[in-house]
Amino acid sequence: MYFSEEFEKRFAEMKTHYPTQRAVLVPTLLYAQDEVGYLSDEVITEIAGRVGLTELEVRNVISYYSMLRTKPAGKYNVQVCTNVSCLVRGGEEIYEHCKKKLGIGHKGVTNDGMFSLEEVECIGACSWAPAMQVNYDFHENLTDEKVDQILDGYRKKG
Amino acid sequence: MAYLVSHPDEVKAISWRWGKGAENIDRYLELDGYKAVRKAIEMGPEAIINEMKASNLRGRGGAGFPTGMKWSFVPKESAKPKYILCNGDESEPGTCKDRLIFEHDPHSVIEGVMIAGLAVGAKKGYIYLRGEYRYLSVIMQKAIADAYAKGFLGKNIFGSGIDFDVYWHGGAGAYEVGEESALMESLEGKRGVPRIRPPFPAVVGLWGGPTVINNAETLASVPHILLMGGQKYAEIGTPKNGGTRLFCLSGNVEKPGVYELPMGYNLKKMIYEVAGGIWKGRNLKAVVPGGSSVPVLLANEIDVAADFDSMMKAGTMLGSGGVIVIDDHTCMVKFALRTIKFYQHESCGWCIPCREGTDWLKKTLIRFHAGGGIKKDIDNMAYLAENMLGRTFCPLGDAAAMPIIGFVKKFREEFEAHLEGRPCPYEDHGSDGEIPVLAQLPVLTR
Repeated sequence: MYFSEEFEKRFAEMKTHYPTQRAVLVPTLLYAQDEVGYLSDEVITEIAGRVGLTELEVRNVISYYSMLRTKPAGKYNVQVCTNVSCLVRGGEEIYEHCKKKLGIGHKGVTNDGMFSLEEVECIGACSWAPAMQVNYDFHENLTDEKVDQILDGYRKKG
Repeated sequence: MAYLVSHPDEVKAISWRWGKGAENIDRYLELDGYKAVRKAIEMGPEAIINEMKASNLRGRGGAGFPTGMKWSFVPKESAKPKYILCNGDESEPGTCKDRLIFEHDPHSVIEGVMIAGLAVGAKKGYIYLRGEYRYLSVIMQKAIADAYAKGFLGKNIFGSGIDFDVYWHGGAGAYEVGEESALMESLEGKRGVPRIRPPFPAVVGLWGGPTVINNAETLASVPHILLMGGQKYAEIGTPKNGGTRLFCLSGNVEKPGVYELPMGYNLKKMIYEVAGGIWKGRNLKAVVPGGSSVPVLLANEIDVAADFDSMMKAGTMLGSGGVIVIDDHTCMVKFALRTIKFYQHESCGWCIPCREGTDWLKKTLIRFHAGGGIKKDIDNMAYLAENMLGRTFCPLGDAAAMPIIGFVKKFREEFEAHLEGRPCPYEDHGSDGEIPVLAQLPVLTR
């Protein structure tokens, strides 16, 4: 199992920050997920070995955090917030629009693997609602038209 | 990136560097950066803590505990290393203030962590950022690296003979982790479930060592307090509520945004003047004034000073400073449902009253909103929520229960209207997808 040089550099540095190996687990899983796309069995085995935990212990942590996934998502993971601040500014309508435009539902992936969609809890964009995140990019003050432009932009990017 | 707004009533005690390029360390130094930590080294631990006590700074995460007092609980001598833990896992719905601090003034957080360390004798500080804020992690990691490159962090900081390290740590999405003991579990690489207290973190915290845990806004306030003086900072606010507060105004207002206002600023004025009044000229229906976990205020209850004590007297809480404004086009049953969906999703499941209570409340509200409710549900929801209060290890159970009690009590007529006008008299707000199946859920009996 190989990760990028950047990952290895980060991992080696992070290990020096804590008195226990285990403490690097959560950020390491997230970085691994960014590289592989999801936490595959192979990734879990590799990371468990590196931090001195059993695979079960690692899976136990993975299942707790909503950003960690054991199944592939689309290349662009579209996360629409419908929590209260977004709700009252039309967050649900934005989510419905995304469903229609992408032709998938919650946790669905488009046939070409380009997009996945999730209805998510508060992403900390309350004062700029309604908002969504595509991978780690924030998109705020959304309208249906703005969503179309954003998603078309990602599709063009390929 | 989040954009900045401004209003003449703002008192920019901690946000004055925002938008001035202070994420660059050289610019930060031009803007009085790292002066406070040098001053703190000269002052020594006791004087720092006294200055914090004089400032009347109270924890900005939501609980409002006096910061100086919290720091004074850390034992002077400890066989185990002491730690400072900055809570940047901002996840309370309605709250988006820490994001701006990290984005526009990351060094102020580092400086705050350092000063807290000097005050209690810790040599390491961790800044825990929520995973969704990846772009802020990049800013934060660069700021830390720049501080090391200048020799401000590491061995012998500012020639004082004191060593101090600051590290960034990223989460992976869990509201519960914002609770201080769950935050420590998460940092240690475990599921973020709360620890039983006592012992409190100030005595037994990270890896068993004494640990100070403060919200990012609290720590970012610290350097400014030392530079302006605790007494002067205290005078900005009201008695027992020192200084300013970052208020995140969201929802149905014309000018939503994060504004820094003096503690005790009138809530009504905040909504109608600072935030430009109600969206699209509609009428105000309700305000959730301190993040989604606090009891709702009716439109006629908002003439109140926004500080910890006045809000408490008004039957709600200042909480995390997230003011959610709701107009008269909103269905409060639906708002209550969306609120409890969040807490049900985020409950760690450790305590039965929280795990089961949030689930029952969610199911009842889904059925109720969809038109499958019965009159008894209204009292049952209040009864269930009241029985969650104070019966969990951490405050998430209370955070879920308190708003529901408020919604049911203050909007009872609207709940009753759902029984009359099945399914929802406000159908223009759309359906939530789960209704057709879940409307058949069984009724909770007692």
